[in-house]
Amino acid sequence: MRWSGVAQNNCYAIWSRAEPSRVSTPLASSPKGGPGGGLQIQFSEVEKRYGMRLALRGVSLAIAAGECVALVGHNGSGKTTLLKIAAQLTRPSRGRIAFDLGENPISLEEVKSRVGMVGHHTLLYEELTAEENLIFFAKLFGLENPAEKARQALQPVGLAGRATDLVRTFSRGMRQRLSIARALLASPGLLLLDEAGTGLDPEGQHWLGATIQRLRDSGCTILMSTHGRNETQGAVTRAIRLAGGKITHDSGATGNPREILVMAAVRESGEEGAS
Amino acid sequence: MTLARASGVILAKELRTEFRSRELLGTTVVFVLIVIVLFSFTFNPTSSESRRFGPGLLWLAFLFAGSLMLQSSFLREQTNDTLAALRLAPIDPFSILAGKMAANFLFLLLVEVILLPVFAVLYNVAILPVLGQLLLVLALGTIGLAATGTVFSAVAAQARLRELLLPLLLLPVLAPVLIASTEATIGVLRDPPELSMVWLTFLACFDVVFLTAAWMVGEYLLEE
Repeated sequence: MRWSGVAQNNCYAIWSRAEPSRVSTPLASSPKGGPGGGLQIQFSEVEKRYGMRLALRGVSLAIAAGECVALVGHNGSGKTTLLKIAAQLTRPSRGRIAFDLGENPISLEEVKSRVGMVGHHTLLYEELTAEENLIFFAKLFGLENPAEKARQALQPVGLAGRATDLVRTFSRGMRQRLSIARALLASPGLLLLDEAGTGLDPEGQHWLGATIQRLRDSGCTILMSTHGRNETQGAVTRAIRLAGGKITHDSGATGNPREILVMAAVRESGEEGAS
Repeated sequence: MTLARASGVILAKELRTEFRSRELLGTTVVFVLIVIVLFSFTFNPTSSESRRFGPGLLWLAFLFAGSLMLQSSFLREQTNDTLAALRLAPIDPFSILAGKMAANFLFLLLVEVILLPVFAVLYNVAILPVLGQLLLVLALGTIGLAATGTVFSAVAAQARLRELLLPLLLLPVLAPVLIASTEATIGVLRDPPELSMVWLTFLACFDVVFLTAAWMVGEYLLEE
């Protein structure tokens, strides 16, 4: 309704209902898995400014449907900002972002209904039970039979036995698992993970890695920020290193992401050792 | 999902979380009861004075209740960044505000309904014969209070001095609502009672204008 009223410098084609956007060159194969398939994203010269500080400096990036992209880099390098822009939680100060499904541009509402996100915070209500949280979000996403969907979502994360317990009684790892269940509730075509492995025990990390692999294989596009070496990196098809709000390394869709992931892990372990 | 349905889902969540914890309602009811009792002891009004000054004190107590209650409306969403979770949902952003406004309206109305009998006893004012008219004034005034407070709570929640900012933003904007509600209540409590259509129309217009403005800018209010 109101996205058309943005500053002239900014161009959010898909966020304007008056002018639906399209990616200039259709990306990769047609999506296959999930109810809607994977989303394609294109960031064009995206810049984000917080006051005087530039968090992103002209990032241009095209991500095809079904890619599993790992964002690595130091704290403050711009990973979370990029994820927030992809989730439409914050607007770019300049530049544009466009989403497509197959060869078709899709509306803002459609994009939102196909995005799942696990953030730094759990995005869960402490005063609600695990089941109530999931039912609430299932209703907001307009899912049919929300109670059944919630029960189904709790099963794979191992929280079916704690469905009626308040979230405030959960450990950090359990909250994180519930947060992941919430993000997967609507079978997203684009999954955004901001250090989703945080707080998970080795078993949970292994489960998350396997889940990411399964989602990638089903055609879901995954964009995740990650630190160090962990189980979630097994499914990564592309790695991008950010530094100072810019892309400094990109393995590309067909390149080997391991070099960038190993380089990032080595730098981090070196810094940890030095400190 | 329609605006009404999404607002309804958010309203149900707000009611569930509040009635489960009872933090806000309990604290606010106790606070405004203390305020109204202190006013009563301080001024010790006669029946005729109560009809003249009582409505002002009553609405001042409601205003205190509002500023206490509305503060946490969006602060609660910051605990686990649940506001981001709401904004990720494919719903009209105004439905987040509308759901919270409806919840705040109901909470404030509940506090007012609890407070009214205490006010009637302490200030020796007969409210039963004019209860319908009084509830109409309360409803219109409370819509303005809840709508304005919810919007400014969303603005203040993202600021550093949020506890100070909300009353600073809220009180000047609410001055017209406070004046109109007080004048309308004075009319209702007058002998014989007189429901002022001028002040009621003023309150209704304020509510419509503020709700429309909130609907137009709601999306930007919730952004980081």
